[in-house]
Order: sequence, then C-alpha cells, then structure tokens
Amino acid sequence: MSVLVFTESEEGKFKKIAFEAVSYGKAIADMLGTTVTAVAINSNDTNELGKYGASKVLNVSNSKLDNFNAQAFANVVSQAATKENAQVIVISSSANGKFMSPLVAVNNQAGYVANATNVPESVSPFKVKSTVYSNKAFAITEISTETKVIGLAKNAYGLKENEVSVSSEDFSPELSDNDFNTEVVSVNKATDVVTIADAEIVVSGGRGLKGPENWGMLEDLATTLGAATACSKPVSDMGWRPHSEHVGQTGKPVSSNLYIAIGISGAIQHLAGVNSSKVKVVINNDPEAPFFKAADYGIVGDAFEVVPKLTEKIKEFKAQNA
Amino acid sequence: MKILVCISHVPDTTSKINFTENDTKFDTNGVQFVINPNDEFGLTRAMWFKEKQGASVHVINVGGPETEPTLRKALAIGADEAIRVNTPATDGFSVAQQLSNVVKEGGYDLVIAGRESLDYNGGMVPGMIAKLTGSNFVNMCLEIEVEGTNVTASREIDGGKETLKTSLPLVIGGQKGLVQESDLRIPNMRGIMQARSKPLHVKEPVDAATNTTTVNFEKPAPKGAVKLVDTVEELVNLLHNEAKVI
Ligand SMILES: Cc1cc2nc3c(=O)[nH]c(=O)nc-3n(C[C@H](O)[C@H](O)[C@H](O)COP(=O)(O)OP(=O)(O)OC[C@H]3O[C@@H](n4cnc5c(N)ncnc54)[C@H](O)[C@@H]3O)c2cc1C
Ligand SMILES: Nc1ncnc2c1ncn2[C@@H]1O[C@H](COP(=O)(O)O)[C@@H](O)[C@H]1O
Repeated sequence: MSVLVFTESEEGKFKKIAFEAVSYGKAIADMLGTTVTAVAINSNDTNELGKYGASKVLNVSNSKLDNFNAQAFANVVSQAATKENAQVIVISSSANGKFMSPLVAVNNQAGYVANATNVPESVSPFKVKSTVYSNKAFAITEISTETKVIGLAKNAYGLKENEVSVSSEDFSPELSDNDFNTEVVSVNKATDVVTIADAEIVVSGGRGLKGPENWGMLEDLATTLGAATACSKPVSDMGWRPHSEHVGQTGKPVSSNLYIAIGISGAIQHLAGVNSSKVKVVINNDPEAPFFKAADYGIVGDAFEVVPKLTEKIKEFKAQNA
Repeated sequence: MKILVCISHVPDTTSKINFTENDTKFDTNGVQFVINPNDEFGLTRAMWFKEKQGASVHVINVGGPETEPTLRKALAIGADEAIRVNTPATDGFSVAQQLSNVVKEGGYDLVIAGRESLDYNGGMVPGMIAKLTGSNFVNMCLEIEVEGTNVTASREIDGGKETLKTSLPLVIGGQKGLVQESDLRIPNMRGIMQARSKPLHVKEPVDAATNTTTVNFEKPAPKGAVKLVDTVEELVNLLHNEAKVI
C-alpha cells in the first residue's frame, strides 16, 4: 500500500507544484497510515522531495521522455502505481497533469476526481471535495474504486514541509512505440515572463484601461511585484492582449495568492475565474462596480492615477524590506 | 472522414448556481442551458471540415430528453445527424464508456470534445474516450489540420503552445483557437427548419461502471465586506501586515 505522487519537472528541475503534490500526498498517506512514493521523470535532484514527505522516489531516466507525452507519461505512472500497490495516485492540475490523469484513471481502473481543493473529508468511504460549476460551487464526491486518482487544484493546498528520509530507486517502465504516436514538433513558449499558471500574484486589466497603449503602467506594476499579467475577455477579444491572458469562466482560472483587478467591472463570468484566488484587490473609478462585492480590498479611483502611485509605493516598500 | 462532436449541455455562463434537496441536486429553476462553449468551438471547426474536406459530422450527448433542444441547435448550426444516449450523465467515466461505445460502433475517425465542461469541469471525458477506444489524444487543442490520416495539431501548455504530429483515429479536447469567437455560427431560419427533419437517434445505454458519486454540493462561504481604502500607502500596508501577500 502507498500513496503515489507524480512530480512534474522541467529541464530536470521540479516545478513548485511537484512539492505541493508531495505535501498533499503526505497528508493523505498519514490519514491512511501509509507512506508516499514519488515518481520523477528525468529529474536531477530527487532528494528535495524528502523535505515534503516522500519516503521513496522512483527515478525514471529515459531520453524519449524529455518532451512531455501524455500517453507515455500516463503509462509510467500507471506502472509505478501497480508496482507500489498504490491506493491513491496524486497528480497536479497543470496543463500536463490534466492531460495525463484521465489516461491513468482508465489504465488503473481508478475513479478520478479533478480539481480537488482539500485533503479527503474521510478515507472510508473515500470522499473528496473539488470545485465544480466553474468555481461557483464545490462537490463532495465519493470514489468507490480500490485505486483512486486525485487531480490537485493549483495552490489549493500549498507547500508543507515534513522532512522524512528518502530512498531512491531506478525504475524502467515498459514503453512501446505506440506510446509515442503523438510527437512534439516544436514548442513556442515565452521564457522571460511569469505565467498565470505559476504566478503567486496576478495583475489584470479590463476595458477601463481604454487601449493597449496603456498597458505599460500595468506591466510596470507586474514587474515590480514579480507578477503575471492577465486581462478580461473583451480585452483579448479586441486584440489588446493575447488570448492566453484571458481570465474567467471561458478563459483561464487564476488561483494566485493575490489578484489585482484594474478597470474590470466584475461580470459573473470574470469572477468565476478568480474565485479561487486568495486575496482580491479592485481598482475602479465606479464605486458601484460589482467587483467590489467580491473583493477584499478596494480603491475607488482613476486607474491612471492610482496604478503609477501604487507601483512607486511598492518599489519603496521593497527597497525598505530588501 | 467521419467526425463525432461531443456536446455537453450546461448552464449558461450567467447562471446563478443553486442546489436543492439538501444540497444534493443542481437546481435547474430559471437556468438556461446551452451548448458547452468549448464544444461550440469544436462544432464550428467540424463544420469547416465538412465544407472544405467533405467530412460528415454527427453530434452526440449522453443525457435525458431535456438535452434535445441543445442537440437540435447543433443540427441547426449544420451537423448532419444527432445521437442522444438515453441515460443521465452522472460520472465522467460512465459517460466516457457510453461515448466510446458509439465511437466504436460508428467507426468515427475524429472525435471532437471540449477541454472541459462548464458544469463538472472534470476535463476527463475526452482522455477517457481516447484510452477506451485506443485512439490518439490531444488535449487543450488550439488548432488541428488533417490530411489523409496525418494530423498536425497544437495545444496549450503552461506559458505557451506546442505543435504536435499524430494520426487518426484521434480524440481532441478542444477550446477557443480551433475557431475564433467571431467564427461561431448562430442558427438561421433555414438551419432551424432543416434541423427539424434531420435524424436525432435515441440510443439506449450499454452497461457501464460508475466509479464516483457526488454525495452533495457546497457553496463558497459568503465573503466579508470589502475594505475600501483611500491611499496606496494604506493598501500596501494592509497587503503586507494583514493579508500577508507581499
Ligand atoms: C458566454 C460568455 C462568456 C464570457 N466569459 C468571460 C470570461 O471568461 N472572462 C471575462 O472577463 N468575461 C467574460 N465574458 C464577458 C463579461 O460578461 C463582461 O462583458 C466582461 O468581463 C467585461 O469586461 P471588463 O470588465 O473589462 O469591461 P467593462 O464591463 O466595460 O468594465 C470596465 C470597467 O472599468 C471601469 N473603468 C473605466 N474607466 C476607468 C478608469 N479610468 N479607472 C478605473 N476604472 C475604470 C469601469 O467603471 C468598469 O467597471 C463572457 C460573456 C459571455 C456572454
Ligand atoms: N454528457 C455528455 N454528453 C456528451 N459529451 C460530453 C458529456 N459530458 C462531457 N462531454 C464531453 O467531454 C468534454 C469534457 O467534459 P468534462 O470531462 O465533463 O469536463 C465536454 O466538453 C464534452 O465535449
């Protein structure tokens, strides 16, 4: 018996979500009275995983797995789960995690709950809470199969240190040519910006900013905070900003620690995308803007005055606290 | 090329979400149902395959009779035939089994589903169909071109996009990008008239396992009132000392 955690890495380095998934897996393992085994694919330093509670790491090194491939990665995780007799398999809800999880679930005849936000409410019966209806509600779902796959919502659990001694073992799953029927031809990725998916802080702009030429002040604020930039749907529809920045029910969900909304009215479809952000700040010149009802902090004022001042103030603050 | 577009029937994005019967059932009172937005992008892309490459396009839903207006809308947009598998959509895996059965029987080359549905948001049905039918799979698909059985597609990754080569039979989890918002089609009078005489087959379900059961729903805790501040100094102070986010 064990809890198996897939730990995602990029160019050999673990992503933060890998540590979050291990922290979460450790909490479930404690509830079940068992231990955590992590599967790491082409990762350099797997000892780091012990800090968050993995007692064993299955190390896979295979150059065919340098690029993510859902079918092959799912088969690696499935075989590891079988070998470890895993009761629960934890996979983060990143783009790659969501791609492979349903395949793992079918492979291992496991019930799958995506977007889990908490540790299970109970382990017998096994019930877990997840977001549904575009973050407008939660569902408590019972999984009745022997093996369970849980997709952990991003930033829902956080990192919890829980040092254990970790043993590491090489693992060579069997993969066939069929697993590589889908092949990556090219990757187009901005490397110098913080993405919405990884960001702790997101600075987002709406139609209130009047035009793409005014995004400079928003980018300054984002750079100062080490934040990602985002926008409302009309802003990306009008081509002021790329579609990848569109936040909301029909765009990306944001689950950052801090979301700063500037010149965004707070339509229900937009709010659905930011409900799971922890702290929301709204800057809007209309005190009646619906976003204020969903916010923690607000400034009623003209963005063109407030934003540059805020950036200056944060620079000062950072300088003092450096 | 035979294309099957999976259509999930979901509450309109403006819907307020409520539950009844001790928070165990979704309250459909006053809720408008629509074609899941991700599926609508996929359906429009399928229409282009039909018009440019002579593909046939069928649409399918697993659900009760209440979903038929949504399927008729898909027919009015231009799909050739519709199928409804007559069983309530409860868990993703059981829905995927019903859909896979139809995919195998119908010999479809390309299955277009959505990245996720706006109700369960599981993002699990397309991947499960791929696995159950032994097809290739591209999730969060932004673009797709098919020549013979060769496929070039791109998908969203965290922070960018990736171009892939694969082949039919294929399942995709699609989204905006397959077509743009401005390409979406609103059914016209002629389409609506034609849809009335197009076939809508009702199929009885096959036996399927159910792995998960939703026990009950919860709504997020009501939010405390917003703290309005007058100056950026105060805001920075609160974000640091109270919210502890900077
Ligand atoms: C099917 C469907 C799906 C949708 N999905 C999404 C989605 O996923 N995401 C999304 O965002 N929207 C979505 N929408 C659109 C949504 O309904 C709203 O239209 C949209 O969110 C509004 O964007 P906005 O707040 O930027 O613009 P507006 O509503 O025009 O608001 C602009 C705001 O800026 C303020 N403002 C103006 N000038 C200033 C200034 N100088 N300083 C400060 N504030 C100022 C105004 O007071 C106003 O509140 C969807 C709509 C539909 C029908
Ligand atoms: N009941 C259903 N009938 C037909 N297709 C469905 C159904 N449920 C989900 N799908 C398809 O699977 C996609 C992802 O749904 P989900 O896994 O529920 O997030 C949807 O966008 C649809 O294309």
